[in-house]
Amino acid sequence: MAKVVEGLFYSKSHEWVKIEGNKAFVGISDYAQESLGAVVFVDLPSVGDSFSKDEVFGAVESVKAASDLLMPIKGKVTSVNEALLDQPELLNEDPYLNFILEVELEGAPDLSSLMDASTYLKESH
Amino acid sequence: MKKTPLYDLHLIYGAKMIEYANYLMPEQFSSIIKEHQAVRSEAGMFDCSHMGEFVVEGKDALKFLNYALSNQLNDLEIKKERYSLLLDSNGYILDDLMVYRLAENKYLLVVNASNIDKDFKQLNKLKEAFEVNLKNVSEAYGLIALQGPKAKDVLEALILGVGQLPFMSFDEFTYNNEVCLISRSGYTGEDGFEIYGGPQVIKSIYQRLYETSQVTPCGLGSRDTLRFEAGLPLYGHEINGFTTPIESRLDSFCGYDKDFIGKEALLKLKEEGITKRLIGIELLERNIAREGYMIYKDGLNVGYITTGYMIPGTSNVYANAYIDQQVKLGEVVEVQIRNKMVKAKLRNRKFYDKKYVRGEKKNG
Repeated sequence: MAKVVEGLFYSKSHEWVKIEGNKAFVGISDYAQESLGAVVFVDLPSVGDSFSKDEVFGAVESVKAASDLLMPIKGKVTSVNEALLDQPELLNEDPYLNFILEVELEGAPDLSSLMDASTYLKESH
Repeated sequence: MKKTPLYDLHLIYGAKMIEYANYLMPEQFSSIIKEHQAVRSEAGMFDCSHMGEFVVEGKDALKFLNYALSNQLNDLEIKKERYSLLLDSNGYILDDLMVYRLAENKYLLVVNASNIDKDFKQLNKLKEAFEVNLKNVSEAYGLIALQGPKAKDVLEALILGVGQLPFMSFDEFTYNNEVCLISRSGYTGEDGFEIYGGPQVIKSIYQRLYETSQVTPCGLGSRDTLRFEAGLPLYGHEINGFTTPIESRLDSFCGYDKDFIGKEALLKLKEEGITKRLIGIELLERNIAREGYMIYKDGLNVGYITTGYMIPGTSNVYANAYIDQQVKLGEVVEVQIRNKMVKAKLRNRKFYDKKYVRGEKKNG
């Protein structure tokens, strides 16, 4: 059974977001990495790119297929997890420790349509 | 949804099943990467029982097949097989298939699962002018492909004499007192065998191969990465009802010294010239080009991807693409991947050097 972490917010498309002040970390859930299988490539955006909520910001790819990554929250990319370029399998090993990117929030975060850990656990199983 | 004779064994061996051409087939067992590597370095086995088999028999069998199929079959000897295309009268590809000559006037055709009904209809229509019998025996045959550098030794230990078969040849063998047809052929670029037989013998051989612990069960996932790396086309991707053998570089499988359905259209197309052709590309930046992605040069759309992969176990990313004739080998183009333009270079489609043992060339 896929794991969830308390304190994060989850999207229907299986990304998570962790909010720390006016910054947020974004990654994919354990359920997402399990469904994908071995991740062989992560397509990351560039630092400085801005994305609105639900906009495609990259992809995680298995041998077979590419899955679009949707931004769970509006923001401007301040850093990306470059370790994923050489070791995309880190997302399989621990998708919560290994975030995908960090954004700077613009104003109060819009958490509508996101789920807390227990709701997401129920929805995704 | 149909099941092959090996369905129960797949579940026991841990397959993840998917729907394919109206069959429940294994997509993968351990992982596509491990299965791909097992075939390249040791041996892997695939359930191909979903493929269709037709028997063509009668006085005019050769005449009929030479008319209905693109490749020249006059010099195809008994116990030899040959790759061919089934074209419509416009030269478009209805299917690609393998022709086995069983006897003087008897042939076995092995066709793609998704095209069984379409092919049968076309062949049935064409056979009216010939003294020939056409039978769809797909349900009676199971098929295992055993592929890889160790395939020969593994199979020889179970079925004496298979190692003597030259590439693109076949014979009848017995296993547990049951008859099967085994050919030295495959769809991975490795040495290997294709084993045809009734459900019971196919099950026994599959189970026995598994128990040797020297053969990795493989699914459709690695079957596709392997055929792609070896430069072999797949119907529905590189070829389909909108492509001709000229654009898809399968012209060498058309016998222009005989009459066949589609020949006139192809000769006309050769004279007029084609506008696009199938070619390989190599990505020059880190990303993966997938089927359907568009290709640009100087801002103009010059083509599209038909299959693309990061080759399992490597970081090399290659793709097959249809690209306008004016863009030449070695030139750099851009593939649109989501919102990015990623640079790629045109090259040939031989991403892997085939390890066939000897004999005629199967494919370019």
